Order: sequence, then structure tokens, then C-alpha cells
Amino acid sequence: MKLLQLSWRYLWARPLATVLNLLLLTLGLAAITLVLLTRAQLDRAFERDLAGIDAVVGAKGSPLQLILSGVFHLDVPPGNIPLREAQALAKDARVAQLIPLSLGDSYRGFRIVGTNHDYPAHYGAQLAQGRLWQQPMEVVLGHQAAQATGLQPGQSFAGAHGLADGGAAATHAAHPYVVSGVLAPCACVLDRLLLTATESVWEVHEVAHGKDDDHDAAHEDEKREITLALVRYRSPLAAATFPRHVNTTTNMQAAAPALEITRLLRMVGVGTDVLRGFALVLLLSAGLSVFIALWSAVRERREDLALLRMLGAPPRRLAALLLCEAFWLAALATGLGLLGGHLLTGLLGYLLAAEQSLPMTGWLWLGVELWVPALALTVAVLAALLPALGAYRMEAGQLLNSR
Amino acid sequence: MIVTRGLACQYPGGAVLRFPDVAVPQGGTLLLRGRSGSGKSSWLALAAGLMAPSAGEIAVAGQALRELGPVQRDAWRARHLGFLPQKLHLSPALTVAGNLELVYFAAGLPVDRAAIAAALLALGVAELAGRRPRQLSGGQAQRVALARAILLNPQVILADEPTASLDDVAAREALALLLGTAQGCGATLVIATHDARVVVAMPQAQVLDLDRLPET
Repeated sequence: MKLLQLSWRYLWARPLATVLNLLLLTLGLAAITLVLLTRAQLDRAFERDLAGIDAVVGAKGSPLQLILSGVFHLDVPPGNIPLREAQALAKDARVAQLIPLSLGDSYRGFRIVGTNHDYPAHYGAQLAQGRLWQQPMEVVLGHQAAQATGLQPGQSFAGAHGLADGGAAATHAAHPYVVSGVLAPCACVLDRLLLTATESVWEVHEVAHGKDDDHDAAHEDEKREITLALVRYRSPLAAATFPRHVNTTTNMQAAAPALEITRLLRMVGVGTDVLRGFALVLLLSAGLSVFIALWSAVRERREDLALLRMLGAPPRRLAALLLCEAFWLAALATGLGLLGGHLLTGLLGYLLAAEQSLPMTGWLWLGVELWVPALALTVAVLAALLPALGAYRMEAGQLLNSR
Repeated sequence: MIVTRGLACQYPGGAVLRFPDVAVPQGGTLLLRGRSGSGKSSWLALAAGLMAPSAGEIAVAGQALRELGPVQRDAWRARHLGFLPQKLHLSPALTVAGNLELVYFAAGLPVDRAAIAAALLALGVAELAGRRPRQLSGGQAQRVALARAILLNPQVILADEPTASLDDVAAREALALLLGTAQGCGATLVIATHDARVVVAMPQAQVLDLDRLPET
């Protein structure tokens, strides 16, 4: 009989203890896997969506709120800024590119973003169907938004006022958008947006809020606003002066995404650290439980082990038998823990997708997950060391004295 | 074959037990007779190579045990010694066949299922191969334990109190089975017992009476 086979049989000779130990180890490992997967995807999402954006200019208020609303479309923007002032910034020698974004409406929870063609180009977005918008009230759907809404090029819809799931909110039924195209998946923030011309947002809102036809176009431009602007610097040196210039000489603020996201991740990091700590406590409990189970097994099987010694098994083989039981627990818990962690991440992704939030998937395998079996094996082997030593020191002589 | 000369063992308290010399031919039977604590277990442990003598020599199956290191002694015991403990120690986690497979595990040998079937057949319990020990009667369990002891055709079988707690009929049957099995495989049989019925039932056996040993 092989060592692995015998240890497997001994393991399942105590099914309740084995299942409980397995459960504890699995819970700990699943929690660790969840932390690894979510943290990695969070980092990737932030990194991807932030790429090439040096500053976000918007209304004064919380800089983090400005970044979350303008770059990741996760929060409401602090307010609007005058178009003229944003245009003036675009002419600043330090600015290589300024992309205007106008927010305010949504369709079935997906934000309608008024912008120009530089915005999809910034993320290297490709069209899957149709074409980009060529005139106001034409809209291009992000991949996830198209899938969720089922809209196709040529179809029209009315946006709802507000950025939350706007099914019940007031709709701009008089000004329907027409879908001109659908973007291919870019694994970036565009996937969950509906993109249109900035003029579309003005048109909908100026009409909705009572446009006075008597005003001339110049006066209209004077009054027009956008929500925020994404800025790319001509040189990294601009980071030292541009935000200060905006913050002190205008009624706007310039926020540095890298800075704010570092701050955010530090805050999120506390949460993940707590979860990771919790998982480690679970693993520690599991290790203790495995130790108690194996220690009891050695005590219960004292005479079995002594008999094996009597039959000629060397001490190292008895120790290996105990270590193999721990190995089985680690192997099973690794499989179940990884599976559980991925399923939980998938569930989290499903819930986040329902809220049009950050993309998260359980169908992702990271190199760092190799730590999970290593961790499981370490915990199990550490827990099995003393029992294995007990088995190693088992004297066959006690068999001769047992009555 | 077992030969001892000047064999003695020292206990942790310092007491030394000196055993009379014995020479048991291959296929012969030795009865170690004595009350509890008389040294039967120590003698068995010396013969199994589980304990080193404080003085003297012991050769079992032609092997002087003093010449073997710990690892070699384990391997030697696996290949040349069969053991029938008083408590039969059939693992409840395994089937009857699985309990016999332990012999191969202990010896580090590949499992020989044909040999297991043959041993169970020889002991009349072939049909029990798939059962768990808790499903066996006392007599069946003893036969299975004996099958385990003779599986690798040992040259020596050590039996520890094989008739303890058995009634007269069961004791007679157990001894007959043990003796017949040992003779069947040509093994030297050593029985440690405090049961007078064993001595009566085996008049041809050499007896080492440990109750009369001087302790120094």
C-alpha cells in the first residue's frame, strides 16, 4: 500500500474531524484568494483607467470625488465648470490635451457622457459595430452597456436625468438619442459608458431647462458649462505648477489622479488588510484544528503506529504518514479554497456589474495565487510537525505491554 | 532458529534481568512462561530487535542482531519476523485486506494481492477480505491477525499471550491454529504466556520459565 493511499484512508476514517478541518482551511484560503483577486483587479482597473491622465479639472470640492466621478465614473461630480475657462486651460502651454466631459444623464444606470472623439481615442477603443457619433444626439455604447441594454445601432432611447439607475427618474423623452455604434470591449471604463457629443448634453438640458431662442450663440457659449476635463501634460514638469495655477487663479480645482488614488488605495488597503488579517486568523485556527486532529489521531492510533513499527516500518515512514494526512488536507483545501475564492469574486463581480461599478471577474488566474497552495501546505505541515514527531518516536515496545 | 548467550537487559531503574541461554531450532517452539512483569515482553523486544541487550548475544533466523543498525533492524524485522499481539490491533480504518496490506507498507514492498488472498484462504477467512474489523468475531479477527503475521513467510513468529481471555475451547483452537500455521510455513514459534493451559497443550515445546529468574 502506498503512503498517499494509506494516509487518505486514515484521513477519512475520521470523517467529521476531516470535514471540519477542511472547512476551516478552505474558508481561510478562499478569503485569501478573494483578497488577492479583488485587490489585483482593483489595482489593474485603476491603473488602466488612469493611464495617460495627469490631472482632472472640475468644480471646487473634494478632489477624490472629482477623480472618482471623472475618471472612474463611480461618484457624482462636485459641480460644473464654465466651458470658456476650460477652453482657456486647453490653450495653456503646459497642456498637451484636454478632453471635456459632461455628465448628468444616464440610461438604465449607464452614464451618458458628453465628450469629443479624443476620449475613446485616449483609451484606444475600437468599434465593434457602426461608427462614432458624427452629430449631436448620436451615441456610441460601451461593450458592457450595449450588452446590458440590448441596444443596437439605429435604435433610439431617451436618457434619464441623474446618474443613478434612472428608470424611475424624469426622462428626456423629447430628445431621444440614436445609437450610431458599439465599442469593442476595452476592459476599461468606456465599457460601461454611453458616449455622445458634448453638444448633445447641452441640447437636452438647455431645452429641458428652457432655452431662450432670442439669445445669440456667443452669449450661449458664455453660459455653457461642462462637468470636468481630463488633462494630459506636455511635460511631467507641469505637475509642479499647473494644479497650483488652476487652484489659485480660477474657480476650478485641478486634482492629480495618481495622488488621490494612492490615498484611496491606502484607505481601501485598510479594508483588504482587515480581510487578509481575518483570513490569516482563520488559517491559524485551521492550523490549530489540524494540529489537534492529527495529535488526537496519533494518540488514537498509538497502537496502530506501534504495530507498524513492529512490522518493520521505519520511524520516518510513520512520520511521513502523518505528514501525508496533512498534505491531503492542504491539497483538498487548496482546491476548494481557490474554487471558493474565485466563485466569491465572480459573485462580487456580478453584484458590481449590476451597479455598473468596477469590473470584477472570477475567471482570472494570477501568478500570486501560487501562494495559496504554498500557504496551505505550510499551515498543514506546521500543524503536523509535532504529531509527526510523536509518530516518529513511537516505540513498538509498548505494543508488547498493551493488554 | 533462535540462539541466545548470556542475554541480559537493563531497566531504566538500573535493575538487570539475566535470561538463561536458549537454542531453538528452525521450526521449533519456545514458550516464554511467566507472570506479568517477569520479563516476557523484554525478551520478545530483544528477539524483535526493538531493544538492545545490555549484555550477551541474540541471533534470530541466523542473524546476530547486534550487527544490525536501527534501519537494518527494521528491514530485517519486516522480512523475517511475524508478530501476533495479544490485542490484535486490526485497524478499524481499513478492511481486512487493507490490514494485511499494512505489512507491505511497513516493509516498503509493493502489495501482493495474490499473497494476501492466499494467506486469508490458508486461515479460512478468505471471504472476509472486504469486511471491517468491527464486523468480525473474536476468532475471525485472530485468524486475520495470524494471516497478517505469516504474510511474508517469516522465519520466526512471536505471539504475545495468544490465549489470554479465551475459554478452554477457544484457547485450544487458537493454539492449534498457531502451531499448525507456524509448522505450515516452517517458522520458529515463540509464545509469551502466563497461561498454564498453553504449557499443557504444547508438551513438545521448550519452556523458558521467567518466574525463576534472579534480578540484580
